Parts: sequence; structure tokens; C-alpha cells
Amino acid sequence: MATVIFDGISSGMLLFLISVGLSVTLGLMGFVNLAHGAFAMLGGYVCVVLLNRAGIPFLATLPLVVVSIALAGVVLERTLYRRLYGATHLDQVLFSIGLMLMAIGAAHYGFGDQQQPLALPQFLQGQINLPGLDLGIYRLFLVVTGLAIAAALELLVWRTRFGARLRAAVDNPIAARGLGIDVQRVYTLAFALGSALAGLGGALGVEVLGLDPGFPVKYIVYFLIVVAVGGSGSIKGSLLAALILGVADVAGKYYVPQVGAFVIYAVMVAMLIFRPQGLFGRRVAH
Amino acid sequence: MARSGIELAAMAQTATARSARWHWAEWAFWLLPLIAYFLFPRHWVFLSQIAITALFCLSLDLILGYAGIVSLGHTAFFGVGAYTAGLLASHGLGDPLLGLLAAALCAAALGLLTSFLVLRGADLTRLMVTLGVAMMLYEAANKLTDITGGVDGVQGITVEPVLGRFALDLYGRTAYWYSLAVLFVLFWVARRLVHSPVGLSLRGIRQNVSRMPALGTPVNRRLAAIYTVGAAYAGVAGGLLAQTTQFVAVDVLAFPRSAELLLMLVLGGAGNLYGALVGAIVFMTARHLLSDINPQYWQFWLGLLLVLIVLFARDGIVGGLRRAIERISR
Amino acid sequence: MSTVLETRGLVKCFGRFVAADGVNLRVQAGARHALIGPNGAGKTTLINLLTGFLEPTAGDILFKGEVVTRLPQHRRVQRGLARTFQINRLFADLTALESVLIAVNERLGLAGRFWRPVGAFAQAVDDATAVLSDLHLLEVAHERTRSLPYGKRRLLEIALALAARPQVLLLDEPAAGVPAAESRELFDTIARLPRDVTVLLIEHDMDLVFRFADRISVLVDGALLAEGEPEVIARHPRVKEVYLGGASDG
Repeated sequence: MATVIFDGISSGMLLFLISVGLSVTLGLMGFVNLAHGAFAMLGGYVCVVLLNRAGIPFLATLPLVVVSIALAGVVLERTLYRRLYGATHLDQVLFSIGLMLMAIGAAHYGFGDQQQPLALPQFLQGQINLPGLDLGIYRLFLVVTGLAIAAALELLVWRTRFGARLRAAVDNPIAARGLGIDVQRVYTLAFALGSALAGLGGALGVEVLGLDPGFPVKYIVYFLIVVAVGGSGSIKGSLLAALILGVADVAGKYYVPQVGAFVIYAVMVAMLIFRPQGLFGRRVAH
Repeated sequence: MARSGIELAAMAQTATARSARWHWAEWAFWLLPLIAYFLFPRHWVFLSQIAITALFCLSLDLILGYAGIVSLGHTAFFGVGAYTAGLLASHGLGDPLLGLLAAALCAAALGLLTSFLVLRGADLTRLMVTLGVAMMLYEAANKLTDITGGVDGVQGITVEPVLGRFALDLYGRTAYWYSLAVLFVLFWVARRLVHSPVGLSLRGIRQNVSRMPALGTPVNRRLAAIYTVGAAYAGVAGGLLAQTTQFVAVDVLAFPRSAELLLMLVLGGAGNLYGALVGAIVFMTARHLLSDINPQYWQFWLGLLLVLIVLFARDGIVGGLRRAIERISR
Repeated sequence: MSTVLETRGLVKCFGRFVAADGVNLRVQAGARHALIGPNGAGKTTLINLLTGFLEPTAGDILFKGEVVTRLPQHRRVQRGLARTFQINRLFADLTALESVLIAVNERLGLAGRFWRPVGAFAQAVDDATAVLSDLHLLEVAHERTRSLPYGKRRLLEIALALAARPQVLLLDEPAAGVPAAESRELFDTIARLPRDVTVLLIEHDMDLVFRFADRISVLVDGALLAEGEPEVIARHPRVKEVYLGGASDG
């Protein structure tokens, strides 16, 4: 049982990594980006290509993934997403679904629809067997990485100048501009950061979640659940919601497989009924 | 030349009454399905599918195009309607019109029940709730295979002749006229609805919801009502599918159907009823013609189309046509 | 003279920010009551509370002697309390006539009718055209709101409130952004409202306030600083201090 919880926590960490960027863009720009999963998928494919075709060691691929997806995020934000900041949420949903479909189609074309193989380095394989608890080493690695990044994000948002600018831009973009803050640049950087994190999560997730062109569609609901339940714009909320969702999902599949994903959706709907703004979200409609 | 108040008032009266009357272009539009019957005799089955999809798209237009409710789970009502009609037919209650009535009622009940969920929270919450409810139904249908038949579908659906006279045949002739008739009747009702005071208030809600309570409108009640009506329409569409194909399986509740529906509506143009019909026709036809193309590539072009529409042709085909006509007539 | 609109100890907090600090306001029936105060004093918040757009943190609101503190917005409108918004909230793709018809239909109880077309209800169309006519909007009755100039839009904003035939009308800076010549005309229109309609308005233009109002309340930092007839307020030392900054002798 402890193993199940641990596995759930590590899945939750992965979900957190991928979803936190979505929470940031939604909380910051009010932009409903359903294509967010595509950035994760892209990160996964970059990692796999670097690993399998360029022979770069797994851990070394990760910073490359972060940088490349961040760049992709910057380019897409500048050319496309920016045009729709003032648009209705419906338009944003439609737009991002369109991007997601394009990404899936491109992935099919470039890689075929089979699962991508990923060989983890020796030191990340295996388990540590404790009494009553089996700690998969890779999953341990995920948990540690997730916590480190969560801490780093909190530091970034609350202790740095960029974070202060980010918070100002979230609270009141007009006033922020008046204070000389380049709000556009903040948006671009935040978007890049969110996408890069998603890419990292995608790369780290290949081992656990698999990687095929259907990835964005399969998991977008999970990401949305994390953001909706955790409250958009809240890092703590995303972490908590992701952990809850991870544990619930793994435990559900283990203990009551006949019920399946029904429980997840039911829990989400129930949570949203009682707290439409999410666990930590603010009652502000964008 | 200044017009007197009375003259202008009279003009106002006739103008508002006139917009409710049928335009000649509308008559022309409804001739198309008649012409299609004669032009494509080997495609009656496909044509009836278009009619059913058009009705489904119409139901989404009512809640999204007119009331502004963004739903990613509209297929829940379609699926409930399909299963209601299918299960009734497989248990000996095969009269099609009664089946449709039951489908409408069940879907409407679900719509009414979930309407209060949809009214809480901002756009993302609403999106997630509609999606969540639909996914719950899908998962439930997947697990309750004793009732639903799972992927293989409900077994033994036998549909009696429509009105006791018109049996559903292999060529799809009855299916076509049946679907078309239902579509037309429900379209006519919807058209009256959107031109009525209720329709006006819905348009107000869609365009500026925060102003409406200050005008005395009980917004939530109106939204719940139209959501229920939209659900009923979707349920009828689902029921039609079950009856004309004599088959219902869990895919009627699957997410891709909701996503495609949204695309169709946007393609045609939301908020004027005809856009829903046009969108369904164009989408289904295009998919039929391009069905040779690998489905993965189809997805890519679909995505691109969606992106382009949102960026450049937001009001869809009908909207674009309207603007073109306005420009020409100037 | 009877009190038609009243607040008792009305408080509104946004977190730690107190927007309304125990406001006790009384508006008499038939009054032309102005609410003035520096920016950020909480005037619009007060109107939002009075109409039910915002929920108070504490205190009560009475309308025509009845407690309406928890009554939803649309019910207050049905009872005769209407308002305009400081920034226009209009329906971009509806015509002026259609916009006003929404309010008229609600008032006449027709808004739930779903079968006959809007134009078939002659009474409603007549009422709507009458409202448009009163505000000199009849020429643009069939034009979409998005194509109307700002001055007309401001008039439409008021028309929407008037269409509900309110007994109490709350106007939030009706002349905001309207050029001087047109704002005079706008105020004449408001001045011509029948005496059985009570008007409470927020306004910054002191000329207009002193010409129009028979009673003035001064709101500063969420609390009522002073209240009384215009001449009294004009000479009030603390009011002058707030507006002119620093005591200045007559």
C-alpha cells in the first residue's frame, strides 16, 4: 500500500511538472491552452531523438530539452499565441485544439504511431527494497526532481525581481505597465518557462507514461484537472492537486480497476462544484 | 428629412417582425436536401447521417452560439439519447417516434440536472465540468457492458416502421426522409425560439452577461432552460442515429465526437442556426471525400483549418458569406 | 417625504481593503440626490452594493422600506431599482432597439415567451421606441451598438436603465467621456425625468451637480463625510479640504 502511494506521488510529481506551466499561463494571461500537452510531447520526442540517435546520455538530454522547448515556446508565443490574448476563451480553446491536432499529425508523420523506446541509464534503474515499501529508483528521482523544481519555482516567483514583475503583471497588467514593467516580455518569458517545464516533464515521463502521438489527447484532461482543481496561477495548488490526482489515479487502478477513470472525473466534478475556483485559485473570472 | 416619431415606431415594428419571416435564401437552402435525394441515390445512408449530425450541431449552436456556454462534453446528451432509443428498441419498444421522445426526455433530464453545474464558475471550470460529466458517462458505459454492450454495442435493436407505415430499408430511403423530417421540424422550432423574446434575451446573455441581471433577467434560469433544450435536441439526434443505423456503442459518448462537433459549428459559424447546418454538411462531406487520406494527416489539416478559422475567419462560412454579401450590396 | 432607499451600517471589505465603511445613506423619494467624492472613495462600490452587483460584508439595504440585502440583482430591478454603468456595458451586435427591448420584455413579463417573434409584441415595441425617442436615439434604432458613436452609446446605456421604468434610478457618472455640449443635453434629459422617479447619481462635474441636485452626499474613503443641501456642502470646510487639499478660507 505504501508502494502504491509512493508510485502515486511520483506520478503526481510528473503531472505537476507538466501542468504547472499551464497553471501559470492560465493564471497569468488567462489563456486556456489545450495544446499544452503538445509541448510535453515535443519534449519527450527531443529527448528520445537525442538519446537514441545522437547518443547523448539521458541526464544530459534534459537541459537540452529545457532549452529547446523554451525556444519553441518563445517562437510560438511571439508569432501565434500573442494574437489571441484578448480573445474569448472559446477562441483560445479552439485555437489550441487546432495546434494540438497539428502537433499530433506532425508527430505521426515524423515518428509513426508506435511507442518510443527509452533506455534509462543503469543508475536510474532498479529498486530499493524497504520493508513494506518498494522504492523504484527512477520514481525516486522523479520525486526529488519534482520537489526541487517546485522549490525553485516558489523561490523564483516570490524571491526574485522577475517573480515580482510576474506577480505584478498577474494582478494588474495595466498598472504594471505604468510602473515600467514590460508586460509583454513577462508573458513571453512565463510562457517559455511553462512550456519548458512541460517539455521537461514530457521527457521525464517517457519512462512512466509512454510516448506516442496520442500523448497530448490522452493526458490533456489530467493536466486540466490539475489546473482546474488546484486553482489557476497557484504553484502550491498545482502541486497539491497533482499529488492528489496521481495518488488517486494509481490507487484507483490498483484497488478498484473495474471502476477505472470514472472516479477521477467524479472527484473532479465534485471538487469543482464545491470550489469552482479550485483549491487555491482566486475568485476572479478572466 | 426628419421622420416623425410615429413613423419611426411603425418602421421599428415592421423591421422586427420582418426579420422573423423566412428569407428566400432559406427556402432555397431547404431545397438542397430535396435535390440531393435525387442527385445522390446511392448515398442516402450517408445523407441521413449528415442530417443527424446537422441536428446535433444545431443543438450545440443553441447553447454555444446563442447562450455562450462553452461545452466540451455535449456528446453526453447525444449518447444518452442514442442509448435510450437503442435500449428501448432492443427491448421490444421499437416505435421510432416514441423512441425519439424518450431520448429527448432522458437527455433533457440529464441536461437539467447538470445545468446547475454548468452555471457555476468561470469558463475553465465550466469547460472541465462539461468534459468531466461526459467522461464519467463514457467510463460508466464502458464498464456497464451488460447494459451497454461496450464496444460491440447494444444487441438486437429492431426499429418498427415510422408512423406504422414506412419501414427502414437497406437503401436508407426511409432513414433519409425520417431524419430530414425530424431535422426540419426541430429546426423550425429552434428558429421560432431564437426570434422570440427568449432568443433575444439569450443573445443578450451571450454578448454581455454581466449587464443582463441589471435589466431584470434571471440569467441562470434562462441558461438552465436553453441548456436543457439543447440537451434534448442532442438526445433526439442520438436517438435518430441509433434508430437509423440500428446500432449503439460506447463511441457515441467519446470525447472526439464533442471536439469534432465544436469544430463543425465554428467552421459553419455559430449563432445563426444555419451555420450549424452548413458546418455539418461541409465537414461531413469533406471527410467523406478525403477519407482515403491517412487519418493522421487528416488530423493535421483539421488542426490547421481550425487555427486559420480562429485567426482569420472567426464567424465561419456563414459569417464570411454574410460579410461578403454586405460588401457587395454596398 | 419618505425614504425610498436606505443603507444601514453598510460595510464592504476586499481582503483588508475597506471599500465601504459603515455607510448610512438615505435617499428620499423624488429626490435628485448626488453622490460625490474623490476617486477611489467607493462611490461605484456603493452603487454595486445597492443594486446587488456586489454582496456586502455587513449591514443592510432597504428599498421602499423592505430589506433587500440578499435579494439578487434581477429581483431588485423587478421591484423598481435600476442603474447605469460608468463604463458602458452594451450589446455590441444588437441594435439599439433590440437592446432596449430586452429590458422592456423583462418588465412586461414577456421575456419567457418562446414562440412568437419579438416584433409581434406591439406593446413592447411601442414602449421601446418611446424610450429611444425620449433619448433622441430613434434615428439609430436599427443600427448595431458597435457602430454607434460614444455619445449615443452613453445615451443607450441610460435608455437601458429607463426601459425598466424604475422608481429609483442610480446613474454612475452618466456624462463620463461625453463632450461638454452633449453632456448638457444629457443632463437636460435626466432633469426632464418625472418627479416620481428618484435619481441618485455619481458625478464629478461640480457645475452639473450643483445645477441638478437638491441633496448631496460626500463619500471619502468609504465613509460619508458630509450630507446636505448643495449650498451647505459648498461651504463645508472639510469638503473643501478634501477637494482642494488644505484648508482654504472662503
